Amino acid sequence: MKILTKWLRAYLPELPADDAQLAEDLTLRGIAVEGIYDLGAGNGSLYEMDITTNRVDAMNHYGIAREAAAIYGVQLKPLDVALPQAQAANTPFSVRIEAEDVCGRFTARVLRGIGIGDSRDWFPGAEVAVYFGLLEQKLISNAVDATNFAWLAMGHPTHAFDLDKIEGGIVVRRARKGEMLKTLDGMVRQLDPEDLVVADHARPLALAGVMGGWDSMITPETKNVLIEAAWFDPMAVRRTARRHGLHTDASHRFERGADFDAAPVASALVSRILLANGGWIEGELVDARVAAIEKRTAGRASVHLALSEVRRILGKTEDEEGITAGTVENVLTALGCHLAATGQAAKDQPAWQVTLPSWRLDIEREIDLIEEVARVYGYNRFANTLPEFGEGVRALPWAEAEVTVRRTLLAAGFHEAIGSTFCSAADAALTAPQPALVVPLGNPLSEEAGTLRPSLVPGMLAMIAGNLHRDVSDVHLFELGTVFSGTTEKVDERPAIAFGAAGSLPEQSPLHPERAIDFHDVKGVVEQVLARFHAQSVYFDSFPADAGIMPAWLHPYRAARVAAQGLSVGWFGQLHPREAAARKLKEAVLLGELYLDRLYKLPLRRPIAREISRFQPVRRDFSLVLEESIRWEKIDESLAGLRIPEMVEWRVREVFRDAKLGERTYSLLMGVTFQAPDRTLREEELQSFQERVVEAVGKAGARLRA
Amino acid sequence: MTNDAIPNLTAFDEAALDRAFASLAQQARDAAAALGTSEAIESFRLEWLGRRQGRLNEISSSWLKAAPPEAKKLLGQRFNALKKLVEDLLDQAAGGGPSDAALAAEAVDITLPGTRRLTGAEHPITRTLNEIVSVFAALGYSVGVGPEVETDYYNFESMNFPPGHPARDTQDTLVVANQERRLQRDRLLLRTHTSPVQMRTMESQPPPVRIVIPGKVHRNDAADATHSPIFHQVEGLCVDTKITFSDLKGTLDHAMKALFGSAVKTRFFPSFFPFTEPSADVQISCIFCGGKGCRKCKQSGWIELLGCGMVDPAVFAFAAGKQPAYDPKKISGFAFGMGVERIAMMKYGISEIGQFFAGDMRFLEQFV
Repeated sequence: MKILTKWLRAYLPELPADDAQLAEDLTLRGIAVEGIYDLGAGNGSLYEMDITTNRVDAMNHYGIAREAAAIYGVQLKPLDVALPQAQAANTPFSVRIEAEDVCGRFTARVLRGIGIGDSRDWFPGAEVAVYFGLLEQKLISNAVDATNFAWLAMGHPTHAFDLDKIEGGIVVRRARKGEMLKTLDGMVRQLDPEDLVVADHARPLALAGVMGGWDSMITPETKNVLIEAAWFDPMAVRRTARRHGLHTDASHRFERGADFDAAPVASALVSRILLANGGWIEGELVDARVAAIEKRTAGRASVHLALSEVRRILGKTEDEEGITAGTVENVLTALGCHLAATGQAAKDQPAWQVTLPSWRLDIEREIDLIEEVARVYGYNRFANTLPEFGEGVRALPWAEAEVTVRRTLLAAGFHEAIGSTFCSAADAALTAPQPALVVPLGNPLSEEAGTLRPSLVPGMLAMIAGNLHRDVSDVHLFELGTVFSGTTEKVDERPAIAFGAAGSLPEQSPLHPERAIDFHDVKGVVEQVLARFHAQSVYFDSFPADAGIMPAWLHPYRAARVAAQGLSVGWFGQLHPREAAARKLKEAVLLGELYLDRLYKLPLRRPIAREISRFQPVRRDFSLVLEESIRWEKIDESLAGLRIPEMVEWRVREVFRDAKLGERTYSLLMGVTFQAPDRTLREEELQSFQERVVEAVGKAGARLRA
Repeated sequence: MTNDAIPNLTAFDEAALDRAFASLAQQARDAAAALGTSEAIESFRLEWLGRRQGRLNEISSSWLKAAPPEAKKLLGQRFNALKKLVEDLLDQAAGGGPSDAALAAEAVDITLPGTRRLTGAEHPITRTLNEIVSVFAALGYSVGVGPEVETDYYNFESMNFPPGHPARDTQDTLVVANQERRLQRDRLLLRTHTSPVQMRTMESQPPPVRIVIPGKVHRNDAADATHSPIFHQVEGLCVDTKITFSDLKGTLDHAMKALFGSAVKTRFFPSFFPFTEPSADVQISCIFCGGKGCRKCKQSGWIELLGCGMVDPAVFAFAAGKQPAYDPKKISGFAFGMGVERIAMMKYGISEIGQFFAGDMRFLEQFV
């Protein structure tokens, strides 16, 4: 909205600030000046303003002048709306409000013998030509310009009809089925029975509060004019405007709640300007009002306000005195309130009954008045204080576990990513732990984002693919996020983590060869995550491809489930080659997902230090030959079964295949470490342990390599 | 070996002791100077330090025993000095190690880059969230969380969004399918702000409340350089007796200084939010130019960063339905909210909001 400081100053003869200062002071009070343009000597500045929708009263020059008057505590000149004596009418002009629920007031003034012509600066307070020139507002004719001038001056829309085109009188009513209206924009519109119209006794003349009609508009030949200034219901105007795809200055104002008491003022302003070019008023102003609407707008009940409440909410100011009764009275009076001290108020605890201005429908409650006091006083004049310290800080029960999981992944070289909350229905079906419990959106951003993600895997795959398709070949990502399941009636949310990798290990070396990341690398990550928690049992298993248990996105022979305390905690492995092909991924992708809600049920592992033996450990290596069908787990179990306390560690050092060993067999180098806490182990003891190891693995199906 | 046998000592005065030990020290030095091979070093060690026949052992057993009690201390000091000398000589001889030529053959190119076990980077949003949360934790705020799929009641109604409020339009809100036939308040949607957690927290506990709420939110916005349908907010809520607007100002002024440096200034503008009154927008002095005006702050010297205000009594009235202690006549409070992406973009010089959600390794690895 454009505002002229020259025009503002006409209402504020004592304004002490220059245009730049005024702009800043207004802005800091929520009346935002976005740009200031110098209009040359004597013309002041043009403000480009952004007024929030709740402050429709300030979307005009007089409203902003009122704000300035309140800020600086200077006088605001009243609008001069004195009119010449009217000539008596034979019969008063007829106005009838039929739609009493949505038209609160309709004033009509008849002007006769009007000369339609060009606008000029008619009299002080009606500098139409100068102001419109500075605003670059097109001059049309004195009648149209007068209504625009009134609107720019004090914000109330009016409309001028050619009186001789009106049959009988005015009826404000809803449109009838089948009625048509040609509006000022030249469009012929089919009216809806819900549209509010200003009609005469024969047909609709205008879309009430939105746009006038073609047939009753002012023309150069017009001699007699009817000035309409009315109050229409915000919702009714909004609906009518929307229905017809219209957004006009008038509808903008009415939609946001017009000033019930402004109609006669606006009418007088327009009439004065028109009469400056000749003509006379016929009859008194016809003023039809709906009492129920007047009561809830201009006639609202006064609001109680106590200084103690002002101070309780607002606190300390930089000025030691704080907010005083004087400040409250000055600010609210300047804004148009009337304050009456209440009888019960004690001397040191002033309180008032505050009568509210008709143009401030946004003020309804005590807190609204407190806000006005703070706003006009200036937010930045309040002190910076801190509340007294309250209670201790409580951590979320899973906060530490989440930090631990994140830290483990970061340490393993995975970058944290945040992916889309949504996925396609197809991806949801592929990755949902329970495909029947997938939640679709009602108004998705796109078809590809039509479903709340039941798993982090679709997002992870999209991000991995994004990297690989951009020739970033080494990818290590994880995402901690919410996954959704349920129905459109009830949605469950669970925390999960997904991780994915492709290319080489997260290591950069100038000398050592790169190594491609593989299944056991991601298994290692899962093991490390699990190792941070205290679980009686953690195990990995897999299921036959045709059992329908393995997730369809995983390679059936390179995937595993991880379980803790008997509950599935997640899945990981290599992406199914079918899915890789569908996503045009040539590289092997390793990925997995863990259900963190289940993991967080486990306590975090609390480290407990044990004595470190001072005695020398002894490592013995065993080279075993095994059938392909015998997996490490079996050897591992057989060694655990020995229960030799001095056998402190055993692990696989190397797995290799050699044609000389025979088909369907492989070889495994196993290192076993013996150590006692209290003595150096004797050769005979070691010999005996070694024999027991060989015997145990032998029973498990391994033989020593010759 | 040319070393003399250990003589018997007859005089135990200081001069005699000095002479005897000086002679032994000289013998040790001479012998050490000639040491070359590791075998020679070993035999030198045995000669002097050997447990049974070592010369030091011999001195100890013959001289020390023979010494009168008053000379024992003097002798002991000199003995220890000699022993240290022998050990040092041994160290020197042994330290000679392999020849320089042999060592040169083992040279590495120290200018080649080091081998790096790469660690992962925390996401810049997580990092920024954590920074904000820890600033408020230091002020006594606990973390509050709530669901990402919310009801209309918590997201809008209880936050005092009147029916017909533009923010309720499906244009701005992503909704779960098939909600049309449900009561307005029960309809499920993706929360458009973290504010609903204010109500959930107040319903679950009487005042005082002091929480920060970090979280993911969604809007049905077209994506561009600064808008994303997915983004994050941190919301704050402080409710108690005697909480004032000046407390809100002081709290946010402190928090902004903690986040952006103590030179940062704040200023507050009137604004409008349905769930606060009075409401304010907060600007901080431009962190790039210090307030002088630059391209980043559009020459204004200020950057708009967050919204805040005193909790609207209507919001307390909703909470009082379950927790009567939220009586707006007895308690008061403030709330604030900030967009995490915007802060992270400023802090790290990021120009496209979409980069946060693309999972691009080249973007993410910058935050290690």
